[in-house]
Amino acid sequence: MRPNLPPFQERAGAALRDKTLKLAIDRTTGTAERNRAVAVAAWPEFQSARDLGRDIRAHVVNNIDHYLVEFERNAVASGAAVHWAATADEACQIVVEICRKAGAKSVTRSKSMLGEEIGLPHALEAAKIERVETDLAEHIIQLAGDPPSHIVWPALHKTREQVKELFAASHRDPGAMEDVEAMVQAARRELRAKFMAADVGISGANFLVADTGSVCTVTNEGNAELTTTPPRVHIVTAGIEKLVPSTAHAMALLRLLVRSATGAELTQYTTFHTGPKRPGDRDGPDEFHIVLVDNGRTKMLGDGLAEMLRCIRCGACLNHCVVYRHIGGHAYGGTYPGPMGSVLTPSLDGLPASRDLAHACTLNGSCQEVCPVKIPLPTLLRGWRDRSWREGLEPRSVRRALWAWKFVATRPALYRAVSAFAVLGMQLFAKRGWIESMPLAGGWTAHRGLPAPASSTFMQQYQARKRAAK
Amino acid sequence: MRPQIGFAALALLEQAGCTVEVPAVQTCCGQPAANAGDAGGARRIARQVITAFEGFDYVVAPSGSCAATIKVQYPELFAREPAMHASAMALAGKTHELLSFLWDIRHWQPQGVALAASAAYHDSCSGLRELGIQAQPRRMLGKVDGLELRPLEGSTVCCGFGGTFCVKYPAISNAIADDKARAIEATGAEILLGGDLGCLMNMAGKLHRRGAATRSFHAAEVLAGMADGPAIGETA
Repeated sequence: MRPNLPPFQERAGAALRDKTLKLAIDRTTGTAERNRAVAVAAWPEFQSARDLGRDIRAHVVNNIDHYLVEFERNAVASGAAVHWAATADEACQIVVEICRKAGAKSVTRSKSMLGEEIGLPHALEAAKIERVETDLAEHIIQLAGDPPSHIVWPALHKTREQVKELFAASHRDPGAMEDVEAMVQAARRELRAKFMAADVGISGANFLVADTGSVCTVTNEGNAELTTTPPRVHIVTAGIEKLVPSTAHAMALLRLLVRSATGAELTQYTTFHTGPKRPGDRDGPDEFHIVLVDNGRTKMLGDGLAEMLRCIRCGACLNHCVVYRHIGGHAYGGTYPGPMGSVLTPSLDGLPASRDLAHACTLNGSCQEVCPVKIPLPTLLRGWRDRSWREGLEPRSVRRALWAWKFVATRPALYRAVSAFAVLGMQLFAKRGWIESMPLAGGWTAHRGLPAPASSTFMQQYQARKRAAK
Repeated sequence: MRPQIGFAALALLEQAGCTVEVPAVQTCCGQPAANAGDAGGARRIARQVITAFEGFDYVVAPSGSCAATIKVQYPELFAREPAMHASAMALAGKTHELLSFLWDIRHWQPQGVALAASAAYHDSCSGLRELGIQAQPRRMLGKVDGLELRPLEGSTVCCGFGGTFCVKYPAISNAIADDKARAIEATGAEILLGGDLGCLMNMAGKLHRRGAATRSFHAAEVLAGMADGPAIGETA
């Protein structure tokens, strides 16, 4: 969780009051939802592709030790240096040390959620190394000083109108920015020289290909290629679960990833990076480092969260989540928002600070329905609810109310009597069929009317009918 | 809350050739405990439900979320207790949501049922995604004389009820319910139909607070010819 955050309910409340935020969320998630629906409808084998995607990812997660060793062997053979980081801090130290050894003053970075997860931007700042975010959306939020609000569109919370203001205030040569294309040109002018001047380029990885030791990145802007090719040193930071057995497996997953994320058939740029520049190569880095980061992933394997490690970070569960679409990404408080984030954040940041996330979900199942690798997200969220209950993290008011309800619900005669009494009591608050406010019902009646119940229960009426029929 | 839905279910099941009993020993399916994370509490109630319905051929509930709790959650609750798991699986196998039971199992169709009205149908999430209920209610409602089903944009999007979610996170729930109410109002339909009373009360309550004239009924009430009286939240 980001430090010094107000409680979840306050964060969500602030997001709900921000009408510009709602507009920004609706524009991007709405487009993503429509485009995905078109792409899926045009792909008759989509459901069997999901099964294949699930099977590939599950196989890797279940055999992660084997594929990690295979990947390391092949990456080293290609000339890469492979580093192992157990924690976020270790990973950051490794990256900063490589930058120091290279005498780096400036690094370019292409978008990587793993980098956000381990706090790499802060670590570079602390080491006084200039960090240039090269993904357009990351560039926007770097200027704004915001964390990402979506795993695919980190600046989703900003409208184009807000971005225009930001560029006008921050760019050396913003120009008139009469349309979105001109705004993109403004960012290009701002970033171009920095691409060429960087000492080190840092990327994430969409896939780590075990049998070739390659790192696959996908972008629509080409910024990953410009981040990783001109600088002397290329550093990859990747979670250990990003492995796939072969390039063919990566391609099978890419078909699912891109359609699920944006509805496109493939990203504009799909690059497999294999080792540093070889003799005779016209370009490429002199050094190629791959930092493999655990940061709690092996613990998730043992904690019943192996299915979550299948995630390929497409963002479809965010786009289809009614809660995300109203509160946006920042209210979640962690690196990863939405349904996948609500499963990951308690594992990464601890359940006590994040217990609301699993509960702030209607369990409607849309996330699981759209997941390209069939992660049972609602089941995993239920798992966190169970754990929160077992660990005594649920508020005392909830525990007391549920205790009282269970006392009654396990005694059928008492249950019938209490129900009959309750519907009579509720009559006292009803006016013309509706209860507009009632003690203990404020959560409901603050925003909607409560239909008054009938004056007797179904069981009372049913038993009266049976008696009359005898 | 609304006994008429229970009586509509009774009438429909009898029309579909069933002998119906409502065992007095039942209370609730235990969903509030299961959703709160209180698996132990949910198991206690589940045991009671499993015993209560042991002697019957079928168990039918006029709610997708109650039926899904029994069909989907019970077997998971007893995953580590083999004997109880077998009993939970047996109950899960014979439990059905009312509308899908009528259409899929009993092949029942409404005959001579009429309601002159335009209607929007909301797909409640548990029934839709856990039990695959989508076509069945529409097919049956399509055979009600005079009833015009209008397409509801986002009919499969959650209404924001979510059980205790709606009172634990009222502001988020309200924002979701408001979108749903707007979509319902945009259809211009006179009545809102659905298969789960929880969702219907949430949507009806929001429509009422917004001043909409839309009237809300459980689909079973329409199919049983019982939608000629007060709608949810109306007095006789």
